Amino acid sequence: MATVTFDRATRAYTGGERPAVDALDLEVEDGEFLVLVGPSGCGKSTSLRMLAGLEPVDSGTIRIGSRDVSDVDPSNRDIAMVFQTYALYPHMTVAQNMGFALKIAGVAKHEIVTRVAEAAKVLDLTDYLERKPKALSGGQRQRVAMGRAIVRNPQVFCMDEPLSNLDAKLRVATRTQIASLQRRLAVTTLYVTHDQVEAMTMGDRVAVLKDGVLQQVDSPRAMYDRPENVFVAGFIGSPAMNLFEIEVAQDGSTHLGSFTLPLPRDAAEKLTSNRVTIGVRPEDLRLVADGEGIPATVELVEELGSDAFVHASVRGSEGAQLLEVRVDPREPPTKGSEVWLAPDPESVHWFDTASGLRLSG
Amino acid sequence: MSNTAKFLEMGYAILIFVAIVGVILFIANRFSGRKGDRAVASAFLAPTLIVLSVGLVYPGLRTVYESFFDAAGKAFIGLDNYSTIFTDSDEITVLRNTVVWVLITPFFATGIGLLYAILVDKARLESFAKALIFLPMAISFVGASIIWKFIYEYRPEQSGIKQIGLLNQVVVWLGGSPQQWLLNKPWNNVFLIVIMIWIQAGFAMTVLSAAIKAIPEDIVEAARLDGVKAWGMFRFVTVPSIRPALVVVLTTIGIATLKVFDIVRTVTGGQFGTSVVANEFYSQSFRADNQGLGAALAVLLFLLVIPIVLYNIRQLRASEGR
Repeated sequence: MATVTFDRATRAYTGGERPAVDALDLEVEDGEFLVLVGPSGCGKSTSLRMLAGLEPVDSGTIRIGSRDVSDVDPSNRDIAMVFQTYALYPHMTVAQNMGFALKIAGVAKHEIVTRVAEAAKVLDLTDYLERKPKALSGGQRQRVAMGRAIVRNPQVFCMDEPLSNLDAKLRVATRTQIASLQRRLAVTTLYVTHDQVEAMTMGDRVAVLKDGVLQQVDSPRAMYDRPENVFVAGFIGSPAMNLFEIEVAQDGSTHLGSFTLPLPRDAAEKLTSNRVTIGVRPEDLRLVADGEGIPATVELVEELGSDAFVHASVRGSEGAQLLEVRVDPREPPTKGSEVWLAPDPESVHWFDTASGLRLSG
Repeated sequence: MSNTAKFLEMGYAILIFVAIVGVILFIANRFSGRKGDRAVASAFLAPTLIVLSVGLVYPGLRTVYESFFDAAGKAFIGLDNYSTIFTDSDEITVLRNTVVWVLITPFFATGIGLLYAILVDKARLESFAKALIFLPMAISFVGASIIWKFIYEYRPEQSGIKQIGLLNQVVVWLGGSPQQWLLNKPWNNVFLIVIMIWIQAGFAMTVLSAAIKAIPEDIVEAARLDGVKAWGMFRFVTVPSIRPALVVVLTTIGIATLKVFDIVRTVTGGQFGTSVVANEFYSQSFRADNQGLGAALAVLLFLLVIPIVLYNIRQLRASEGR
């Protein structure tokens, strides 16, 4: 067990416009499950591969515990990785796949058998130990890949989108299994995904990356409640937060159509220009009585059973904008109807449009 | 025949060919539907089958038939020709040589090709390095043999006489005395085999290099994380992953080696105890006027090649079906 520290770790591909990973500072605690999330090309996989030793660290350092592993060969880092494609050895049986690292490490044969059997039991693979990967389903292969990692009992697990090749239903089930397995084993884990739902549901903490730059590291709750910038605000949460840019009037108030929102004082102090970006989550918008909020036209109603989401267009001073609102699924407004919406002022997120940074709220 | 007449003849041949293909296509076109598919298939297969039976099956059977007759092809002598192959000391040397060829060539050519493919994989100037070793493939066996004949060339060790063979010159530089590489039994066989290895290693390298490149990068990375070093990667990942390609290469070179003729014919003509089955079959049939023995050798060669061909085809199918 160990901590993992990225200390201004940078990876710049030759010919790239900007570093794939730019001075990443990140601390993963002992036994923690940390999820790296971001859109494709944000550098999350590269960061993981740098930790595993599959990508060089161009500047800065990566430490496992107190040991600097920046230039250590991957075979000597004591890291196990689960690949998106599983990367099972096609010519080996499930048991051989899982025991391969131990065999290379020179572990005694009977101990390999015992440890493989234990892992297989945990992962419900006992009946498949003598099969080749070709003869397994996608879910089973995924579990073999997990098994190969846990048999080694490494210091760190690296998981690179291990669920993205599974179908939706299996993905949700496996998500829970991996998270609970990790809690039980308490092995420090770095997990990469592009799916923010996976990130929120699995991670002890979540790190959001964009364009190779770390945006925010926080617990899922804190990330959701206090996104540090516009990008995180829009990326975390499903459905996404409603974001709109507006101008701040001379008196410090802002107008959403006919609706006025006062800019909080602490926000006003930090503001660098006269434009703010307002963020309101769909559940923080309410349907109110006519004339009390912002008028909007219902364009679409998404009924999910437990919830219903209304997509409504608002004609502001700067053209029409779509808002997403969570409404009571028992009595959603009908498509095409006029509704009046008002945000809960306490739950409004304020961002500086120029810098994208959080101002208040 | 004048040149004009020759060209005219060639023109007729092409016209006849075009006419036949036209007729086939016309007939094939008249049928349609499911029944038509069969008709189309047979319309295309029939000419091949006819040509095959005229050019391959009939001569094959005819050769088997002739192998039971004497040198002049007149008197039936049963299996005498076959017993000659396995009892006559010259013929036993031929068999021994062929066995040595088949045992050495495929393994060395494949081994060298594999080593080379791994060494140049992802190296700088990879394609240039590969072109260098692939070039011998582009030369005919006869051409390659002539090149090597010069390399093995011998001049007597006397003052005023210079070695013109590369190998002997190197030996002289190193302080040794020149050798008659192609005359000294049984090592002269090895020097012939080297030529075949030189030619076939390029083929092995090309096929194996492609197979190595087809190994998923993920698997190589997974192996590195599993603690595998260079040798382990070769043994546990590379070789098992390219096993089908390895088998195909080994057997393909094996078949080519069994049938080797040009090299022996060009370099020694099969003298000095270097003859192999294919060369002996040619010598007996067309030089020694012993049709029966020649036919028997041809049949033997055919029998030896068949199992390797079958195995090769099965492996090809297996690797495709993966």
